[in-house]
Amino acid sequence: MEITLTVNGAARTVDVADNALLVDVLRESLGLTGTHVGCDTSQCGACVVHMNGDAVKSCTVLAGQADGADVTTIEGIGDPDALHPMQEAFRDNHALQCGFCTPGMIMSAIDLVQKGGGSLDETAVRDGLEGNLCRCTGYHNIVKAVLAAQSSM
Amino acid sequence: MASETGIGASVKRKEDARFITGAGNYTDDINAAGQTYAVFVRSPYPRAKINGVDTAAAAATDGVVAVFTGADLAADEIGDLPCGWLVKSKDGSDMVAPPHPPIATQAVNYVGEPYAVVIGETLEAAKNGAEAVDADFEELPAVVDLATAASADQIHESVPNNQAYDWELGDKAATDAAFDNADHVATVDIVNNRLIPNAIEPRAALGEYDAAAGTYTLHTTSQNPHLERLVLAAFVNVAPEARLRVISPDVGGGFGSKIFVYAEETAVIWAAGKVRRPVKWRAERSESFLADCHGRDHVTTAQLALAQDGKFLGLRVKTKANMGAYLSTFASSVPTYLYGTLMAGQYTTPAIYVEVQSLYTNTAPVDAYRGAGRPEATYVVERCVETAAREMSIDPAEIRRRNFIQPGDFPYDTPVALTYDTGDYEASLDKALEHIDYAGFGARRAASESAGRKRGIGFSCYIEACGLAPSQVAISLGAGVGLFEVGEVRVDVTGSVTVVTGSHSHGQSHETTFAQIISDKLGVPFENVTVLHGDTGRSDYALGTYGSRSLAVGGSAIISATDKIIAKGKKIAAHILEAQEDQMEFADGTFTVVDSNQSITFPEVAFAAYVPQNYPLEELEPGLSEKAFYDPPNFTYPAGAHICEVEVDPDTGVVDIVDFVAVDDFGHVVNPMIVEGQVHGGLAQGIGQALLEHGVYDDTGQLLSGSYMDYTMPRADDLPSFTVDTTVTPCTHNPLGVKGCGEAGAIGSTAAVMNAVTDALGVASVPMPATPETVWRAARGE
Repeated sequence: MEITLTVNGAARTVDVADNALLVDVLRESLGLTGTHVGCDTSQCGACVVHMNGDAVKSCTVLAGQADGADVTTIEGIGDPDALHPMQEAFRDNHALQCGFCTPGMIMSAIDLVQKGGGSLDETAVRDGLEGNLCRCTGYHNIVKAVLAAQSSM
Repeated sequence: MASETGIGASVKRKEDARFITGAGNYTDDINAAGQTYAVFVRSPYPRAKINGVDTAAAAATDGVVAVFTGADLAADEIGDLPCGWLVKSKDGSDMVAPPHPPIATQAVNYVGEPYAVVIGETLEAAKNGAEAVDADFEELPAVVDLATAASADQIHESVPNNQAYDWELGDKAATDAAFDNADHVATVDIVNNRLIPNAIEPRAALGEYDAAAGTYTLHTTSQNPHLERLVLAAFVNVAPEARLRVISPDVGGGFGSKIFVYAEETAVIWAAGKVRRPVKWRAERSESFLADCHGRDHVTTAQLALAQDGKFLGLRVKTKANMGAYLSTFASSVPTYLYGTLMAGQYTTPAIYVEVQSLYTNTAPVDAYRGAGRPEATYVVERCVETAAREMSIDPAEIRRRNFIQPGDFPYDTPVALTYDTGDYEASLDKALEHIDYAGFGARRAASESAGRKRGIGFSCYIEACGLAPSQVAISLGAGVGLFEVGEVRVDVTGSVTVVTGSHSHGQSHETTFAQIISDKLGVPFENVTVLHGDTGRSDYALGTYGSRSLAVGGSAIISATDKIIAKGKKIAAHILEAQEDQMEFADGTFTVVDSNQSITFPEVAFAAYVPQNYPLEELEPGLSEKAFYDPPNFTYPAGAHICEVEVDPDTGVVDIVDFVAVDDFGHVVNPMIVEGQVHGGLAQGIGQALLEHGVYDDTGQLLSGSYMDYTMPRADDLPSFTVDTTVTPCTHNPLGVKGCGEAGAIGSTAAVMNAVTDALGVASVPMPATPETVWRAARGE
C-alpha cells in the first residue's frame, strides 16, 4: 500500500507492505538510519521518534498507522551547526558513549521536557526515561543533560 | 602543553556531532547494492543429535537465494571456531576443547545454536525460508547445573567429565600451613550469577565478495577487527588475510561480547562468496540473548584465614566456572589468568591457593564480559574480607587498612604471579570514607531504623589488572596471540595529523582522547587531529580493544610514534636552522635552537619534509609519518575503593541505593569527563549484577531470561546518581603513566552493593541478584 507522511517537514510518499513497521520505512525506505533498532519487544527505546507531537517507539507503529502523520526523527531536530538544545546538552554533559541509544534517548527526553512544564526533577527524569535503555552511561550524565536542557529549551 | 584541549582537559567529544544528529554509521546502517539477507535457523533444543536437515522446502520458498547447513561449510573446508588461549590442568595436560563448527553438523548443544542459514532476497523471504527448514533432531538430556556438571551426562564425545580443565595457582602447602596457624577462618559460598552482556546495538554483519579481485570485505560489530580477520583467515579458512578486509565501523557498545569470533559473521562472509552477492545479517534481540557469549557464572567456596589482630594469613579458593557448550575465543583465560591472579586484591595475604575447574554445560558459551574474571575475583576477596570483619567484630574499613600493601612496598610481588607496580590504597579508601561521611553512618542508620527501614554500608577495595601483557609471558602461559598494540602518526603536508590506532572505540572516545594526546605532544590544534580506527585496511595488525587496554597500550604506541616524529622533526629543523641536532628543543609546537631566538614551527617542518627543497635528503627520507608497536612490560593495576550505602524496605524487599561512592586510581587521566563516564557505566553494570540481572536457564536448558521483559536491565529509575572521584599514582612503566578505566566500575561495585545489603539485613549472605523477593526472604531468615 502507499502511504503519505510528513517526515522532518517534508512530504514523503512510500510504497510499503501491509505489515511494514514505521522504523523500517524510516531506515530502509527513507534512509534515515539515525533511528535505531535495539530489540524486538518495544523495550529498549532506540527507535523513538515523534509522531504527531508524541514520542513513539517506531518499532511498534505499523507504517499504515503513520499514513498522514507528522513524523520527526533525530535527523529533523538539528544539525551539527545548529543543534537542538537537547542535543547540545547531551554533548556538553557527556550523556552518550557508543551513541546507539542516543537518538531514541534524545527524542524521548525532548518529549519529556516539553510535557514536563519545566518542573522535572531528577526522579521525574529517571521515571520518564525508564523506557529507554542505555548500557554505557549508567544514566548519570543523561539525567544531568536532560535537567540542563530543561533550563535551555 | 597545558591547554584546554591537552592532556588533563575535559574536552567535549569529537564523536558526538555525528551521534547526536543521527549520523552515526553502524553496521546495520550500511547497505550494499544487490544485498541479500541472512537468517539463522537455531536449535530449539539444549542438546540433540542431528539426524538430518532437510532444506528442500526452504530452498523452494519464494525469494530464497540459498540454504546452507553445517555440511556445506564443512564441504568447503570451513574450519571450527577456535579458542585462543591454551590453559593447562594441574597435571600438566592441555585443556580439552570440543569441536565447534560455526554451523552445527552432528549435534546441537545449546538453545539458539545455529544449524542452518537461509539467504533471501529480502529479510522476509529469508525468514519464511527459515521456517521451512526441517531438521530431524533426537533430543538428549541436557546438562544445565554447573555444580553437578562434572558427574552428569557427557556432552561431547571428546570431553570426559564435561571438563575443559582443572587449573591451579599458588602454593597449596603454604596456604594449608597458614590455615593451620589461623586464629579465625571466614568462609563464603558464592554463586556469581550469569550475565548477558546486552550491548544496545545487536551484533550485525555485512559480507561482500569481489569475484574479480577474489577479495572479501566484512563489515561487522567487532571490538577487534584484526583478530576477527586473523581467525577467519588462519583458522576458519575463509580467505588469506591479504584478501580479507574487516571493518568495524561505529559499534554500539561491546563490553567484551564483541571481542569474540562468532558463527554468524563467519557464515555471512563465507556465504557472500558462495552466492556471489553481499549478505547482510543483524541479530534480533532474542538472538543476542541466545547466542551472544554470556558472562560470569561461577560457583565458589572461599576461605580467608586470619590472625587474632585481623591480619590475613591465607586465602583458599575453589571455583567451578561455566564455559557453556563450547570454548569461546578467550573463554579459557577468564576464570584462570584474569581471575586467580587477582586474589591478593590490595592486601598482603602471604599465601593463596586457587583451584578452578571449568566445565561444559548445554548453555550459551561464556566468555569475557566487562571486567572478565576480575569482578569475580573481587567478589570473592571482598566478600571474604567483609565476612571476616563482621565475624571478628573489626570495623570493615579498619580490617582493610591493617592488610593493605603499603605505598613503600612497591613493586610488590603477590603470591599469585603478579607484580604490582604502584598504588596507594589507603588514599582511595580515605577519600571514599570522606565522601560517604562514614562518621555519620551510625546516625543515618538510626534514622532509617526509626522509619522502619534497614540501612547498610558495604565496602569493596578492588584491584584489577589491565592491558594484558607482556606478550612473551602471556604466550608462555598459553596465549595464542601477541598483546601489543600499534599506533601510527601521519603528519600531513600542512602539519595537521592523522592518527591510526589498532585499538577500537565502541563508546570509549578514542577519537577525542588520542587527539588530545597528539595535540598535547605535538602542539597541533585539537581540531586538526583526526583519529582513524576499526579497519584492517587502515592499520597494521593489532589486537583491538578489551581489558581496558586502549590508552595504556594503544596510547603508548601512539606516544612512541610521536617520539619518532619529534626526533625526525629535530633533524629537519636542525638542518633548516643550520644548528646541531642535539641543540634542538621541541615544545608547544615549535622547534627551537637552545639558548637562541632561532625557531621553526611544526607545520613548517612538516612542509619541509614533504616539499624537500632545503632538506637533508642524502641522510634523511622525506615525509613525516611514523609507526610504533608497543608491547607493555607489565599489566597496569588500577585500584580503588567503592562504598555503597543502601536502605532496605523489609516489607517489600526493595533495595534503594541511597549513596554510592567510587574513588579510583587510574594513574594520570587524559580526559576526566570521559573517565567519569566510563566509571558511571561500569557501576551500572556492577550494580545490575548485584540487584537486577540474571541469565537463567530452566532445568531442561531453556533460556528463561531471553528478552528485555525477562532479563532485568538497569533502567534510569533503578539507579542513583554516583559520587565519583580519583586518586593518582602514575603507572610506572608506560609513557603516559595511565592505567585504564573501562572496567573498574563493574569490578568494584558488585561486592560493595552486596556487602551493604547483607549489612542492612544483618545476614551472612544474600544470593545475587538481590531482587525484592530474594531480599524479602533473606530478611525473614528464609
